[in-house]
Amino acid sequence: MSKSYPPMHKKVINVFMLSLTGLAALLVVSVLLFILGYLVWHGARSLNWAFFTQLPVPAGEKGGGMANAIVGSGKLLLLASAIGIPIGLLGGIYLAEFGKGPFSLAVRYTADLLNGVPSIVIGIFVYTLIVLPQHHFSGFAGGVALGIMMIPIALRSTDEFLRAVPNTLREGGLALGASKAQTVVTIIIPAAMQGIVTGIMLNLARVAGETAPLLFTAFGNQFWSSGWNGPTASLPVVIFNYAISPYEDWHRQAWAGGFVLLAGIFVTNIIARVLVSGRHSPARG
Amino acid sequence: MATPPALFDLKKLHHARRARFGDPEPAETEPLRAQFTVADMNFFYGGFQALHDVNMVLPEKRVTGLIGPSGCGKSTFLRTLNRMYETVPKTRVTGTIRFGESDLLEFSPTLLRRRVGMVFQKPSPFPKSIFDNIAYGLRVNNLCRNRDLKGKVEECLRRAALWEEVRDKLNESAFSLSGGQQQRLCIARALAVDPDVLLLDEPCSALDPIATAKIEDLIFDLRRSCTIIIVTHNMLQAARISDYVGFFLQGKLIEFDAARKMFQFPSNKLTEDYITGRFG
Repeated sequence: MSKSYPPMHKKVINVFMLSLTGLAALLVVSVLLFILGYLVWHGARSLNWAFFTQLPVPAGEKGGGMANAIVGSGKLLLLASAIGIPIGLLGGIYLAEFGKGPFSLAVRYTADLLNGVPSIVIGIFVYTLIVLPQHHFSGFAGGVALGIMMIPIALRSTDEFLRAVPNTLREGGLALGASKAQTVVTIIIPAAMQGIVTGIMLNLARVAGETAPLLFTAFGNQFWSSGWNGPTASLPVVIFNYAISPYEDWHRQAWAGGFVLLAGIFVTNIIARVLVSGRHSPARG
Repeated sequence: MATPPALFDLKKLHHARRARFGDPEPAETEPLRAQFTVADMNFFYGGFQALHDVNMVLPEKRVTGLIGPSGCGKSTFLRTLNRMYETVPKTRVTGTIRFGESDLLEFSPTLLRRRVGMVFQKPSPFPKSIFDNIAYGLRVNNLCRNRDLKGKVEECLRRAALWEEVRDKLNESAFSLSGGQQQRLCIARALAVDPDVLLLDEPCSALDPIATAKIEDLIFDLRRSCTIIIVTHNMLQAARISDYVGFFLQGKLIEFDAARKMFQFPSNKLTEDYITGRFG
């Protein structure tokens, strides 16, 4: 069959291509590992208890922490989730299970488009919509900006995971006299739950690191912000400000901030995966 | 005209059937009642006509096998009987189907599907525990008080001859069962809502011979308490378990008759060709 390729020739090509693909894979992983290692090396060294409990100190002074930025990031993510997750989730359920025809096509397309909008543009949008009329930066505006970013991702991931549920389950529910809505709520959504929750976690992880839309919405704050109405510190913005400053001490704190951000995302992901690794998840394949 | 040769040795088949099921065929004493009466039925997928002028009466509390080559419309026909086709966009039915005495369209789809259960080709257990799979139909239809649920689930599993195999692991995932067990679970699940009819869409095509034999035994046990309509690719299976057989070809019902007559002396040349394996 393969007269023009003697076995030796084949083996050489095989080994060569295999090494090439392996090398590419190694390259990808090593870049990631390098970033991670660098972050852990610099970040973990600069971490101490004060980092989590104290406010930032003026430049030149030793010590201080990012307690307000950690809490601020949490607040912003909370508000963003309250906006993005319900809208994305319900919209995704509609698209996958009930929507038909040109309307859902238009919604899907719009969501993909919105997903591709640069985050700074969403920042300007919220700045014009909320910050300008109110004449001040606020945590509220920052949360809204992140929430808008979450909507299309939550929508599309929910949509995709629901549509991946085999149709036999839908028919199985209907065949027992369940209504369409009952089938969706009691069978289809639980079947897709693992994917949906993972999608939302990845979504959270993505917006947790967003800086651009916060620069001119939540702005930043050296102190605690009370409520939602004032400028609010957040980890990414503080990291940005500290990293571009000329002070050695601030650089170290920026590394620590990056490390904490990453660790937070990492831990949330693991918790989510453990929580939803249900016993009844369908076998893959 | 000479008598056509018998296509199957039915005597042998029935002997084997009796040996296996240990239950002699009951004599047909009372006249059969109609479960479904189909008149001038046509079915369309958009512009494509999948079924042409189907007329047939499906008898109550009997096993009816539907045979025919792939794409002949037998599964489509099955899906008109519980209006499952309505979940597919751009489908249309003309003509009438009566369920018992009333028109099929007079029922709400949910009520109809409760009374006309369906089991699919691929075992499709829900991603829930074995217990919750059986209890599902009872719960969504509010058919059972909570304290009676346990007894009812056991009853259904016993009817589906699955109880002994799963009694100690009711809370385990339905996916922990084998393919054949999953399919019997789906039958038990369908039985839980006490349907008048069970539609089986090639229930054994994904199963090995032993699991298939168990499903056939089960159908045999249910045959006088429930109307069973089964689509099958397996001619011998149709001959083994059916009381009546319908043969579909290219969207048309070619022949419908008692199984023992149809397999021995088919009245249509096309049926004979199909049964003897000349095409399909």
